[in-house]
Amino acid sequence: MKARSDGRTPDQMRPMKAEVGVIPNADGSAMFKIGNTVAYAAVYGPREMYPRFLQDPKKGILRCAYNMMPFSGHGDRVRPGGSRRSKEISAVTENALRQVIDLSEYPNAVVDVFIELPQTDAGTRCAGITAAAMALADAGLKMKDLVASMSMGVLDGEILTDVNGHEDCVLGATDVPIAYIPDFDKISLLQLDGEISRETLKKLLEIGKKKCLEIYKVQQKALKKKYKVD
Amino acid sequence: MADKLKIKNREIAVPGEVLAEGMGFVPSRGIRRVKDKLMAEQLGMISIEGKVIKLIPLTGVYIPKVGDKIVAKVIDVLMTGWRLDTRSPYSAVLSMKDASSDFIQRGADLTQYFALGDYVLTKITNVTSQKLVDVSMKGPGLRKLHGGRIIEVNPHKVPRVIGKEGSMVVMIKQATGCNILVGQNGWIWIDGEPEQEVIAEKAIMKINSEAHLSGLTDRIKEFLEKETKKKITQGEKNESKK
Amino acid sequence: MAEKEHILKSLKKGIRYDGRKLLEYRKVSIEPNISDCAEGSAQVRIGKTDVLVGVKLAIEEPYPDTPDQGKLMVNAELRPMASPHFESGPPGEKAIEIARVVDRGLRESKAIAPEKLCIKAGETVWSVMIDICPLNDAGNLLDAASLGALTALRNTRFPVVKEDGKTIDWDAPKTSKKLELAKEPIEVTVLKIGEFYIVDPIPEEEELADARMTIAVSKEGLVYAMQKGGETPLTIDEIDQMVEIAIKKSAELRKSVR
Repeated sequence: MKARSDGRTPDQMRPMKAEVGVIPNADGSAMFKIGNTVAYAAVYGPREMYPRFLQDPKKGILRCAYNMMPFSGHGDRVRPGGSRRSKEISAVTENALRQVIDLSEYPNAVVDVFIELPQTDAGTRCAGITAAAMALADAGLKMKDLVASMSMGVLDGEILTDVNGHEDCVLGATDVPIAYIPDFDKISLLQLDGEISRETLKKLLEIGKKKCLEIYKVQQKALKKKYKVD
Repeated sequence: MADKLKIKNREIAVPGEVLAEGMGFVPSRGIRRVKDKLMAEQLGMISIEGKVIKLIPLTGVYIPKVGDKIVAKVIDVLMTGWRLDTRSPYSAVLSMKDASSDFIQRGADLTQYFALGDYVLTKITNVTSQKLVDVSMKGPGLRKLHGGRIIEVNPHKVPRVIGKEGSMVVMIKQATGCNILVGQNGWIWIDGEPEQEVIAEKAIMKINSEAHLSGLTDRIKEFLEKETKKKITQGEKNESKK
Repeated sequence: MAEKEHILKSLKKGIRYDGRKLLEYRKVSIEPNISDCAEGSAQVRIGKTDVLVGVKLAIEEPYPDTPDQGKLMVNAELRPMASPHFESGPPGEKAIEIARVVDRGLRESKAIAPEKLCIKAGETVWSVMIDICPLNDAGNLLDAASLGALTALRNTRFPVVKEDGKTIDWDAPKTSKKLELAKEPIEVTVLKIGEFYIVDPIPEEEELADARMTIAVSKEGLVYAMQKGGETPLTIDEIDQMVEIAIKKSAELRKSVR
């Protein structure tokens, strides 16, 4: 097996770190770091939904906002303010998480999830989803399961676990962000940028599931650690 | 399939975690059954009593409940009443007829009774399916709160702040000489000498973060004695709690 | 959530709302280099207030009236992650004030000599862009932002410039050449509540302050920028007292800067 730009084998994940409760003002919060990508997630809610016309009288609404801090990109400063990319990522993040959250007890309310990244090296939307899942649990919301997310890839025919920025942008690897719900054994986020055969995709997803479980364990540990008996 | 527990008593469970396998276990609120597995639906502490598995939530927002006494804040003065922030996604309405035992004239200046920004101890009298909330000021102890400070704890920690038969809050009151009113919504009013208020607040925030750990009463007692430099004698069992 | 009379009663006894002494800061911790995508960065925690500051560099054409001077820009965003009172959207009054006050402290003290940022007069200069991003607002964002900006600048390293002299090579690791700071201003915000002066306010105190002054002080004890906020006017004597407090406190804070 050929070594990768950062010395990893193709099936190795980057080192991970997670911490829960990092933003005291929020109802729930978490930080997730994978390699050099760092994501913070803060949950506010359920709270009253503004603007009023967006309220749903049958259940609460999950609303996600993803944002890269201006100094977090590998290159020029990122101009603040929403971009089409951040709007799209916010939407797929919502979809990835909505499936595990039960907001039927909160009609007309909103659960706001804010994701901010101070440092990025590929896999940003995935790190955001992983942090957001922990933050939602930290906020005490009813969830069927946590959601674990990372980016798989393909380069020169080889399946790579957890692509880094160099592989994604410089080497042009096919990038496949996925999010996995272990309890359902289902995938709630799937995007693809590049080229892949049907067989490789299936193989990649099976490996991706197993790798997401490693992230899932990190999430569980971080949540329990906050309440650990000293 | 034999019954098998996957978690111990007083352990922390996270959403999606498998707590037990087998049909012999009885799940309660916060735990769901998927085929023969019992899974946690919320972040909480597990309590196992025989075959019954309970999940005690450690955190979460306050949802207004009929009968609850809460500390609420006036956020709007309406034509025939007031709107109150209940520290939940659902604000409450206090109508003129429930505001006071005095008769309030139609067209009277309602801010004479409760003005914007005022805090009150009030009781929830009705919650509809759409979570419209009514409150009333008619009842023992319900009143506008003057002076003092309002602090926030997680609503799930309120029972620990109050303690068994009020023993915890009474201990803090006696140690600091402060008047303390605990709302079920997690807003707590403290009124006393400045340094004593700070000590009372610190003690309550300590309960907020350590409520799930054992030996809480002793640790709070120790904390209070250290901060107030006074020994605490066990209060009367029949101490009336406000 | 506090009434003014209540806080004044407490201040009379020399005790703040959270038990501190009137001129006592909460625990200050400063960590440089929290983002390796930034040319310089820092995380500042004052009590529960948590602010990230990042510096990005760019090569640009100078302004026509200052052909041999670099550029400085300070931006602050109070994003809804940090407080239930912040809304999404373009920076509001509070964010703009923080950005401009931090900017003034750096610009007026010539913390970075603008000529030192010149690459080729009339053609290319360095542009220094500072972004202030609070993670949690528990009061006194200004002082935290100022400490963060200073620390981030102190740890800023120039990236590699390609042979054409005007494009940055983002794939190469940063050079070891650091941004030189001629002056290191630290801003201290002093509040007046009734007749009392306090520093490092928590949100309850910020809401009730009659007046506040943010004062940028250099290592030598000179004042470079000031900003008065709040509705109540101040006498010269009061201003002088607040400046004295700021000078004293900035020297204390300076010990925590790395």
